[in-house]
Amino acid sequence: MSIKILFENIDVDGIDSFEVYRKLGGYNSVEKALKNMSPEDIVEEVKKSGLRGRGGAGFPTGMKWSFIDKAPGKSHYLIYNADESEPGTFKDRHLMQYNPHLLIEGLILSCYAIRSNTSYIYIRGELMYVMRILEKAIEEAYANGFLGKNILGTDFSLDIYCHPGAAAYICGEETGLIESLEGKRGNPRLKPPFPALNGLFGFPTIINNVETLATVPWIINNGGEQYAKIGIGKSTGTKLISACGHINKPGVYEIELGLSVEEFIYSDEYCGGIKNGKKLKAVVAGGSSVPILPAELILKTAKGEPRLLSYESLSEGGFETGTMLGSGGFIVMDEDTSIVKNLLTFTRFYRHESCGQCSPCREGTAWMEKILNRIVEGKGNEKDIDLLMDIANNIEGNTICPLGDAAAWPVQSAIKHFRDEFLIKPEIV
Amino acid sequence: MKFMEPKVSFSEETLKLSEKIISHYPEGRQKSALIPILHLAQAEFGGWLSVEAMDYVAGLLKLKPIEIYEVATFYTMYNLKPTGKCVIEVCRTGPCWLMGAEKIIEHLEKKLGIKAGETTTDGKFTLKVTECLAACGNSPVIQIGEKYYVNMDVEKADNLIQNLNEGMRV
Repeated sequence: MSIKILFENIDVDGIDSFEVYRKLGGYNSVEKALKNMSPEDIVEEVKKSGLRGRGGAGFPTGMKWSFIDKAPGKSHYLIYNADESEPGTFKDRHLMQYNPHLLIEGLILSCYAIRSNTSYIYIRGELMYVMRILEKAIEEAYANGFLGKNILGTDFSLDIYCHPGAAAYICGEETGLIESLEGKRGNPRLKPPFPALNGLFGFPTIINNVETLATVPWIINNGGEQYAKIGIGKSTGTKLISACGHINKPGVYEIELGLSVEEFIYSDEYCGGIKNGKKLKAVVAGGSSVPILPAELILKTAKGEPRLLSYESLSEGGFETGTMLGSGGFIVMDEDTSIVKNLLTFTRFYRHESCGQCSPCREGTAWMEKILNRIVEGKGNEKDIDLLMDIANNIEGNTICPLGDAAAWPVQSAIKHFRDEFLIKPEIV
Repeated sequence: MKFMEPKVSFSEETLKLSEKIISHYPEGRQKSALIPILHLAQAEFGGWLSVEAMDYVAGLLKLKPIEIYEVATFYTMYNLKPTGKCVIEVCRTGPCWLMGAEKIIEHLEKKLGIKAGETTTDGKFTLKVTECLAACGNSPVIQIGEKYYVNMDVEKADNLIQNLNEGMRV
């Protein structure tokens, strides 16, 4: 069994209550931090830990925090990004639903680190039932003096509010989220200015993913250096991988970064192999937007080395032969899967979720869906494949936010690795 | 700005809840409460947002009606026309599709005699297809109200409709 940081107590009966959570050492890190550490100390520990954003981009968390405008007299906001919507990703929901106090503990530490006295948990609107779990946990934390005015008798005060969205993938993007939190359409903003200087209501704002901040209590309890010893190279610590598709044991697994993909797919501790004894065909390893890889390239890199679940190993070979760790949404497809039909569902998703601000994304995703529909109906030809690739290439890099890239990569990679399948007649697919 | 007398209004309880939500945001930033309050409005006014309902919310938040319309038309959770008593949302994105969501959608369309996006003539069911619900480990997933129905197949979907139908007859 590998080390468990986020899932250590997730199966304990009643862990969602303050009482049980506290009895097992919950909120100890808050006591330690508020009494013995300065905000800068927290940032320093997180920097030392090498923790990287778990939402998909993998940006070092401590560094992100250090960008915040510390000008006195200004409000600072920390937003908890719980708008988990990337197809294949369901790790944050799992964490929030079963261990809500861990999130609040992480949030208190992180707000203290950036001197924020107000925090919003932006949670996707479909997850109202999870929001109620969080609200109950927040209420308990207030009642026990871990939220509100002068926490633990210090001069640090913090209020946390839950804010539901209303179904829009784009609000997972930092600036789309801020717009939405201001009561507007979730159209992403041009950067710069970055939210750390000019974010919510024009004030310095940090946006972090649920899993990222839930890791902070362990780092404060055990030290950043200890955390950095877990994992491999610059991929320190553990990561939640949500596995789905044609596997025997779909679910959310906490893995030590550096675990081999082969072990993850075939070991009984994790996915338990491919369903019905079928062969593995392809994997989308980090949520729907990352490049799809055929079995041989997901198990081994082009150089023939075992592929590992880490930021570096998964991106080994660039987009030619590699992919990304992304959000950790691990979608497995067996030998009978139609890559093109699966791609159509992804492209339809991005067309549906495009906010419509940038024409390459708004028009391009719709064109790609139209062409893919044609191909799936068996009416496509060679030129359609080139046209698809051309559209994808013209979306990539030409939009305000990364949704354009996210829509382009699945198309580009599916054509790169499975071009022959685009012209199979439907009766065979 | 002058508003006409609203044709609809919140109950006292919902009004109190709205005030509490508005208090979560800084003074003058009550627009932030718009999305949560539109959820309340949809629940209170029969499961959809009529122009009257949106205009009422505009008055409540001291915003121009257009500010409500542009938000209500952006987010897919808001229904802009009346729905059936029970809205069945079937996820169709990759992971659910891999596990057979398409068959479930086809089956429900046949069983209910409507296409996705439509409402049965008796006003009982609206069938919707939806994008990823972040429950891919238990796909295919159907959402009804706040509840997720997981690991669905055609037979389970059938039973679900049956039970809902009986529940509504009572």
